[in-house]
Amino acid sequence: MAGLAITLGSGAMTNTIAEVGDAACIIVAGSSTTDAHPIIGYQVKKAVRQGAKLIVVNPQEVPLVRFSDIFLQIKPGSDVALLMGMAKVIVEAGLHDREYIEERCENFEEFRESLKEYTPEFVSDITGVPWDKITEAAKMYAENNPASILYCMGITQHSHGTDNVMAISNLGLITGNIGRVSGGVNPLRGQNNVQGSCDMGSLPNVYTGYQQVANTDARQKFEKAWGVPLSGDPGLTHTEIFDAAYTGEIKALYLVGENPVLTESNAAHATEAMKRLDFFVVQDIFLNETAQLADVVLPAASLMEKNGTTVNTERRVQRVRKVIEPVGDAKPDWWIVSAIANEMGAEGFAFNSAEEIFNEIASVTPSYAGITYERLEEGSIQWPCPTEDHPGTPILHTGKFNTPSGKGKLMALEYRPSEECCDFDYPLILTTERNLYQYHSTMTRYSDGLDLLSGGEHIKINPSDAEKLGINDGDLVEVKSRRGDLKVKAKITRRSQEGVVSLGFHFSECPTNLLTSSALDPLAKTPETKVCAITIQKA
Amino acid sequence: MSELVTLTIDNREVKAAPGTSVLRAALDNGIYVPHLCDHKDLTSVGVCRVCLVEIEGRRPTVSCMTPVEEGMVVHTASEDLDKTRKINLELLVLNHDYDCQNCAQNSKCQLQDLTRYIGIDEERINAMRDPDLSWDLDQSNPYYLRDMNRCVRCGICVRTCEEVQGDECIDFAFRGIETTISVLGDKEILDSTCTTCGECVVRCPVGALVPRNAIEPTYEVETVCPFCGCGCGILVGARGDKIVSSRGIPDYPSSGGSLCVKGRYGLGFVNSPERLTTPLIRKDGELVEASWEEALSLVAEKLGQYKGDQFATIASAKCTVEDNYVIQKFTRAVMGTNNIDHCARL
Ligand code: SF4
Ligand code: SF4
Ligand code: SF4
Ligand code: SF4
Repeated sequence: MAGLAITLGSGAMTNTIAEVGDAACIIVAGSSTTDAHPIIGYQVKKAVRQGAKLIVVNPQEVPLVRFSDIFLQIKPGSDVALLMGMAKVIVEAGLHDREYIEERCENFEEFRESLKEYTPEFVSDITGVPWDKITEAAKMYAENNPASILYCMGITQHSHGTDNVMAISNLGLITGNIGRVSGGVNPLRGQNNVQGSCDMGSLPNVYTGYQQVANTDARQKFEKAWGVPLSGDPGLTHTEIFDAAYTGEIKALYLVGENPVLTESNAAHATEAMKRLDFFVVQDIFLNETAQLADVVLPAASLMEKNGTTVNTERRVQRVRKVIEPVGDAKPDWWIVSAIANEMGAEGFAFNSAEEIFNEIASVTPSYAGITYERLEEGSIQWPCPTEDHPGTPILHTGKFNTPSGKGKLMALEYRPSEECCDFDYPLILTTERNLYQYHSTMTRYSDGLDLLSGGEHIKINPSDAEKLGINDGDLVEVKSRRGDLKVKAKITRRSQEGVVSLGFHFSECPTNLLTSSALDPLAKTPETKVCAITIQKA
Repeated sequence: MSELVTLTIDNREVKAAPGTSVLRAALDNGIYVPHLCDHKDLTSVGVCRVCLVEIEGRRPTVSCMTPVEEGMVVHTASEDLDKTRKINLELLVLNHDYDCQNCAQNSKCQLQDLTRYIGIDEERINAMRDPDLSWDLDQSNPYYLRDMNRCVRCGICVRTCEEVQGDECIDFAFRGIETTISVLGDKEILDSTCTTCGECVVRCPVGALVPRNAIEPTYEVETVCPFCGCGCGILVGARGDKIVSSRGIPDYPSSGGSLCVKGRYGLGFVNSPERLTTPLIRKDGELVEASWEEALSLVAEKLGQYKGDQFATIASAKCTVEDNYVIQKFTRAVMGTNNIDHCARL
C-alpha cells in the first residue's frame, strides 16, 4: 500500500464501510467486491438502490456490473492510462475542486502537465475503452458528490501497482473527495487481519504503527522498550525472502499460517526455495501442502480458540474472543512464539495473556495509545486513537494529510506497460481472481459445503477465443506460461473479454500460481499475479 | 431527532418516532399484534393482512402500512377483527404442511404464535385443502433447506434478498393458491444466483427456509469473523467442545448484523478432524508426533544457530494483532533481523 502512504500519508481505507451506502457515486476498481468483500458489496448495492451512480473498472465482467451505470472493461494492466485519462477529462472540463486543491494539495501544476500525454487516442488504444465512455465516467464521478473509490488486488497486484494506487489518489484529491463523509479512496484489505498485521509491523521496514526501522529515533525508542540493540536495515520482502532462500542466503525460515506452495506467485520457485532451507518451521492449524515440507510443525489455535484483537479493513480494532478451548494440544500463536523466545533465554516475552501484549502494543504505538481492552468491551475503535478519551477516527484526513507537508500530493504519472506481454507463443493474458466461497488458501476448504458451492475451479474463456482454440465448455485444457503448466476444466463465458482468461487460486488440484509471474512493483514489491501471458490447448 | 408522536393503543398511551408504523409502535411497547409478513429490517408490504387494527374514525386498517399520528386511538382486538384475521390466516395456511413436531422452526415459529392467537378451524381448512398441491423439498443447497409446503408466501425472503443482500435471486411464482417462491426458471436453489448468504433463512418466519443440521448452542460468544477484511461481528454458538452455529451481531458497526456465506456457515474448519493437534518433528524424513517440550527445545536450539539476516519470518494476516506483535518482536529483538513480512501484498 505504498502509493497512499506517499500521497496521503497513510495507506489505509480513508472512510468506513457503512458510509459506502450513502455515497452519490462509487467507482469499484479491480475488485470483485461481492465475492471478496461481500458485506461491502451489500453497501454498494444499497447505494445503487438509493440512486447512487456506479462505475465498475475491471478486465472481467464481475457480478457488480449488473448494477452499474458504466462498465469500463479495460485491458489488464491499463489502469494508469484509464485513471489519468479520467483525470484529464475532469481538469479540462473544469470539474476539479479548485479551492480544495489550492488549500489542501501540492504538485498540481506538475500533475496537470503530465496529463498532456494522455490523449484520447492514446488512452482508448491502451485501455480498449472508447474515449466517450471514459469521458462520461469521469464526469459522472466528478459531478456526483460525495464519491467513493473502492479498490482491491486488481489494482495493486501489478508491477505498476503503486502507480495505479497513486492514480486513484489523484482522482480523489482533484475532486475534493478525500476527508469527507462517504467519499475517500478505499483499499479493501483481503484477509481478516491484514490491516492489523501491517499495523503491528509484520513488515520488513516498520515497527508498530508504521514507525520506520531506518529512522534512528524510532529505532532507539524500540531498543529502549525492548532492552536490546536492533538492526536499522530494512529486511527482505515476502517475495525476496523466497528468492534469498532459493540462493541460500536465508537458511532458516519461520512461517506462520501461510501456504506458499499454493499462494506464492511463481509457486514452483518458492517450493524449491523452501526445500533448500537448512531449518524450516511451520506454525499452522492444518498440515497443508507447505507444512508437509517443514522440519518442525507447530499446531496453532484457530481464531475461535483464543482471545485477542483483529483490525478490519476500515481500521477498526475489535475484540476476538475465545469460544472453545483449542483442539488437542494446539496453542495460540503468541504463546508458541513467546515460549520459544523464553526457551532461548530472551527477556520480554513473559506474557500471560493477550491483554498484557495489547498493553505493551499501546505503550509503543501512538495510533493505538488510547485503546484498552476495557474500552473495547464497550465497542470497537477505529485508529488513530492517541489518548484514552479520544473516540477513534472514522474518517482520515478531515483537516490535513499525514504527509510531511500536511498536504495531499498529486502525482505526475507515466504509463508503463505490464512486465509480461503476450506474444506468438503465449497469446492470451491470464488474470487471477477470487471466488466468494473460498478464501485465499485452504482454510475454507475444510468447511464442508463451501467446496460444493464453489463448483470447482475452471479457467474462464471468452466464446470467440474458445472457438478459435477449438475448446468446448467443460473440456479439460492444458494451460502453459513461461514458468509452468497445469490442467483444468474450461468454462466458456462472456464475462471474460477476448484475449483474457481467468483462474482462481484456491485449489491445490489447480495451483494457479505455478503460472503467474513474480515481476515486482518497484516500491510495494507486489508480485504481478494479475497479468501473465499464457497459451491454452485441449488436453 | 424530531419530536415523538403520542397515541393510544388499547387504552395505553405510547410514544413512537414519526414514520413508525402502528404495528411497530405496538410491538415496541410490548403490545402483541398478530403479524407475519412484516419485518423490522424491511419495507412493509401489508400482504398477509393479519395485522388489521381498528383506528377510531377509520375503517379497519393494516397496521404495518399505517404510520403513527398524534392523538391516534387504536384498538388491536375486537370480534370483527378476529373474524377477518381468521379468514385471512386460513387463506395463508390452506395447504400448509402442519407437522410441527418434525419442523426445525417448532417453538420459534411465528405461524404458531399466530395460530395460538387467532385460532383456526381445522375441519374447514381440510375441506378446502387441495391434496394434489405439494412441492418437492429442495435439498440442493449444502447449508439450508427450502420446503415450500411450509411457506406462507409472506415475501420476507424476496424482500430480504433484494433489500439486505441487494440481489434478486428469488421471487414469487404462479398465482392464487399455487403461489410459491421460486428461483429463476423454477430450478433448484443451487442452480440459481443465490450466494447462500443465509439472510433470508434467518428471517423466514416459519419452517420454509431452515438451516440444515441445525444444532442449538448451549452458549454464544461475541467475536469477529475469521475470513475477510470486512471483519463482521459474529455470535458464535458452541455446544460442548464444538462450534455449532454463527449469526450476525445485530447492529454491528461494520456489518449491521449481516453476514455472508463464509461467516455464517463456514466455521466448520475449526472442528475439522484434519486439524493439527500436536507438534510434529521430522525424523528420518517423516513428520512424527512430538511433545511441546521436545519441539520447543529443538526449535530454540536450531534457531539459536541462525540469528541475523540468514533468518526470516513470514507472519500471517489470519492471526491476531497480539500474535503479530509477538512474532515481529521475536524476529527483531531475538533473531536480530528485519526479515519479516506477511502476505498483505498478495
Ligand atoms: S412452519 Fe411453524 S406451523 Fe408450520 S410445521 Fe413448522 S413449526 Fe409448525
Ligand atoms: S419462504 Fe419463508 S420468508 Fe419466503 S415467502 Fe415463504 S414463508 Fe415467507
Ligand atoms: S440466501 Fe441470500 S442470496 Fe440466497 S436467496 Fe437468500 S437472501 Fe438471496
Ligand atoms: S461474514 Fe463474510 S463478509 Fe463478513 S467478514 Fe466474514 S467473510 Fe467477510
